Amino acid sequence: MSERALQLRPMGLMWRDLRLLAGDIGLIAAKDLRIEWRARTTLGQVLPFALLVLVLFGFALNANRPTLELATPGLLWMTVLFATVVAVQRSVAVESIDGAGRMLLLSGMAPAAAFGGKALAVAVQLLAVAAVLLPGVVLLYGAEIESLPLAVVASLAATAGLAAAGSLLGAVVAGVRAHQTVLPILLLPVVAPVLIAATRAFEDALGTAAVNGWSWVGLLAGFTVVNVALGAVAYGPLMEEA
Amino acid sequence: MSRAGTGNPKPPAGYLDGPARTGSRFTFWLGAATLAGFAGMAALGLLVVPADDVQGDTVRIIFVHVPSALGAYAAFGLTALGSVMWLWRRSEWWDITAHAGAEVAVLLCGLTLVTGMLWGRPTWGTYWEWGDVRLVTTLILFLVMVGYLSVRALGGDAGSVATRAAVVGLAGAVNIGIVNRSVNWWANRTLHQQSSLTEGKLEDLTLLTLVLAFVVAAMAIWWMVMHRFRIGWLERQLADRDIHQAVRARRAEAGR
Repeated sequence: MSERALQLRPMGLMWRDLRLLAGDIGLIAAKDLRIEWRARTTLGQVLPFALLVLVLFGFALNANRPTLELATPGLLWMTVLFATVVAVQRSVAVESIDGAGRMLLLSGMAPAAAFGGKALAVAVQLLAVAAVLLPGVVLLYGAEIESLPLAVVASLAATAGLAAAGSLLGAVVAGVRAHQTVLPILLLPVVAPVLIAATRAFEDALGTAAVNGWSWVGLLAGFTVVNVALGAVAYGPLMEEA
Repeated sequence: MSRAGTGNPKPPAGYLDGPARTGSRFTFWLGAATLAGFAGMAALGLLVVPADDVQGDTVRIIFVHVPSALGAYAAFGLTALGSVMWLWRRSEWWDITAHAGAEVAVLLCGLTLVTGMLWGRPTWGTYWEWGDVRLVTTLILFLVMVGYLSVRALGGDAGSVATRAAVVGLAGAVNIGIVNRSVNWWANRTLHQQSSLTEGKLEDLTLLTLVLAFVVAAMAIWWMVMHRFRIGWLERQLADRDIHQAVRARRAEAGR
């Protein structure tokens, strides 16, 4: 690992550095996803939990079809938000077992790459959740998909943003005993723009309101870029404290 | 007690030797002036300033609402600045300042929200208006700062807590801008008063009282931040002193 360690030069990232960075991100993401696949946490717990929340919203809104159809985009993304908390907690827990996070640091890998990899793995899991929820709301709430490309692109941007902010704040509480209760109060206020923008975009994609969904995708992309940058900078100092 | 030549870790001179207080001659007079300012502000705002033609007596709440709103954002800015300085320079001074700023920000944010709602009910006919950008942004800021304080309260090594809190402060500062933009775009309508101050709509006496309220609020914030800073500083010293004493006791036990 050490000879391929990423050295950030003062003049900026070189092409070779970018390739190394991408390789390391892929390595970490693959590691986390492999652990998830073997433990079946997403498949066996997060996905059923998300479906359960959809069913419970149905009860809470008295199974009222018009209300459910209007509320579908918001309910879908609220459910993804809940899933984010669960997925990030799992992602943090993996690194805290046997000091794995510290080992990662000692590998010489750039902290930004480790952050990118962990965020990517969370994003893939959230995308899987969204991919299950979308048919879920079609079947349970009677939603109709009017623009699949918009739904797909908005989901990609929103899950990336949630994963970036989640992985950053997950790293803040890593190694702290009370992390399971602190994470939601840190994360949920900060991701309010994602809930707003993803809901608007889906209102367009599902045809429940006359809004321009694509312009909201731009906001999601901006949120993602900002939080990826924050995470890339802050992950190193945070992992040293964990 | 002579410590010379023993090689024991010697605490710096003046190390909690003096009175462990947070007050000083300066903060005493600052506090006294603040209290006098509050009294003057109350007298002017409640008795002298005439009621507004449209809003009646409810307009008097701006003397508390507007300074506390600006103060909340100023204190939050102090926290953001302190967070950056800790991450950049590892400056303990800035870390304690960031913490002090956050506590004052939460207090003033709460005051802003409460006074805003009290004013909104008679004026807009509702305590809460989702379409109002500043209201919603301030609530999110309040929740972010509460999260910041909960990270501060997690405990553990002071440096570790400082780094965790600094990242939350920095992420909060950056993201509150996006929250503001997204709510603005989402609501696309606002009930909020445009700034009465910059539009020159205020009568002379009202304006004078508002200016006084700004000055008094700035003094009160200064006073609170200084005291909170000194509490934080003394807490650190106490923790350090406990370690020094424990080391000394152990060495004495070992007969060295």
